[in-house]
Amino acid sequence: MSEEYVLETRNLVKEFKGFVAVDDVNLNIRNGHIHALIGPNGAGKTTVFNLLTKFLIPTRGQILFNGRDITTMKSAAIAREGVVRSFQISAVFPHMTALENIRVALQSFEGNSFSFWKSGNCLNKLNHRAMELLDSVGLADFAHITTVELAYGRKRALELATTLAMEPQLMLLDEPTQGMGAEDVGQVVELVRKAAVGRTVLMVEHNLSVVSKLCDRITVLAQGAVLTEGDYKTVSADPRVREVYMGSASDSKASEKEANA
Amino acid sequence: MSNSVNPADIHKTMLDQQKSEHRRRLILNLVLLALLMVAPMVMYPVFLMKILCFALFAVAFNLLLGFTGLLSFGHAAFLASGAYTTGYLLTTFSGLSTELGIIAGTLVATLLGLGFALVAIRRQGIYFAMITLALSQLVFFFFVQSSFTGGEDGLHGIPRGQFLGLIDLNDNLNMYYFVLAVFLAGYLLVQRIVDSPYGQVLKAIKQNEPRAISLGYNVNRYKIIAFVISAGLAGLAGSMKTVVFQLASLNDAHWHMSGEVILMTLLGGTGTLLGPVVGAAFVVNLEYQLSQGPLADWVDAILGTIFVLTVLMFQSGIVGQVQKFMKKNIG
Repeated sequence: MSEEYVLETRNLVKEFKGFVAVDDVNLNIRNGHIHALIGPNGAGKTTVFNLLTKFLIPTRGQILFNGRDITTMKSAAIAREGVVRSFQISAVFPHMTALENIRVALQSFEGNSFSFWKSGNCLNKLNHRAMELLDSVGLADFAHITTVELAYGRKRALELATTLAMEPQLMLLDEPTQGMGAEDVGQVVELVRKAAVGRTVLMVEHNLSVVSKLCDRITVLAQGAVLTEGDYKTVSADPRVREVYMGSASDSKASEKEANA
Repeated sequence: MSNSVNPADIHKTMLDQQKSEHRRRLILNLVLLALLMVAPMVMYPVFLMKILCFALFAVAFNLLLGFTGLLSFGHAAFLASGAYTTGYLLTTFSGLSTELGIIAGTLVATLLGLGFALVAIRRQGIYFAMITLALSQLVFFFFVQSSFTGGEDGLHGIPRGQFLGLIDLNDNLNMYYFVLAVFLAGYLLVQRIVDSPYGQVLKAIKQNEPRAISLGYNVNRYKIIAFVISAGLAGLAGSMKTVVFQLASLNDAHWHMSGEVILMTLLGGTGTLLGPVVGAAFVVNLEYQLSQGPLADWVDAILGTIFVLTVLMFQSGIVGQVQKFMKKNIG
């Protein structure tokens, strides 16, 4: 049973001084799935995300990765185990070149990261793999560019390549298309689809058209609790989902508006 | 992306760029070395040694501020603990060779740095700065109260002794080249650290700490190591200063000193290797020049004004500005 699910949460609760941000959430992320976490603003999506990646500590409940309890492990430790996250705002190292960005990720497996006496040239052996990863997201031509000078869409592509460099078993993407124009969104969808081969992905996403194109399964959060779960058809047909998104049910144009949001 | 360039070519160009940059830096270092070698022929060696000691102090400080992104407001504690340890040992044990006294001073500062780091490292930004300030004030208080420091009077007449029992350091020129050698060792160590795989992780932590964590780095451990190395080098600078001037005083432990090293580093240019050296030379020189003239009472006010102007108008500091200018005009 635990083989079937890469990530499970059991009765996950996060309370901030008198306010319950995440309320008794049970998630089951199936192996190989692209799973979306959606919900209106303030539903607790990002909080759940931060709990899963240990940037926040749960008040109660358990988090299991491959059936193993990782509730008390640290962020850096689970990253090395294969749970790697991205961030809402593009998380790159702005004053490094694109190549160096990737190398930072590759380096974390090298075991020389505390060697302050060694020459930096010993990192050049990672360049080949780094170039491959850049090429896979269409950034090979920008390898030598300082990241701060890259366009927004390319920064996100770089971030994805950096995440892939960690060879994660489970990728957690926090709003990968946030703040993007329509063309970039299409590109990111393709990138995520490619990156997801052989992995499991959990993503928070506002853009429902992206969710409908990519995701095998969707969990809807509202006010910190799970409202419903299922595939896109089931979820989008659920009147309760429309209600939390639109404030009132039975608006036939609602789902269309959401899709374009 | 349409004109597909071979990734291998791009990679080769990058390596070439890297190489030429290393070559440029080597040449710069050699020119600097040559200048420092002949400097005592034209300038007073003790004055130069003062500059070198503060330059090492600022270089050590910049490893934290410029390359790790940590603002310590307590580095005077390390300078002073190195100074007092060396001063006390060399005065008390007359047979002790000078280099052992200096090594002991460096070790004490290193250990103190570990203590500071373990307490402060969990906090960030202004809170980190405040904790280091508070700890350094505790250290200051300890030095005021202790008898081995000579309290308000400090330690005087510390013997310079001999280096390895061979070279007489009472000769100013011998002393100068000894200080220069130690300074260069410290400077090159920091340069190596910045270039190393470890330095790359520090850079990553400075630029985006949450991302570094999410890539599997235990960032606190990296920061602690940087802090300890920085503290040790600051202690080394203090020890050297004690031997040069043959005195250790509360001045070194005062929070003014922590502020001054921030000024030197910012003025010279944080995040550049040469910046703190230039900044230290500038500040030491300015203080000296002003103290000779009618503006002697205004030193602090003038330094303060310069500090404000630096932060407001040219944050990349002297060396940073020069680098920008070179990039624009020479390419």
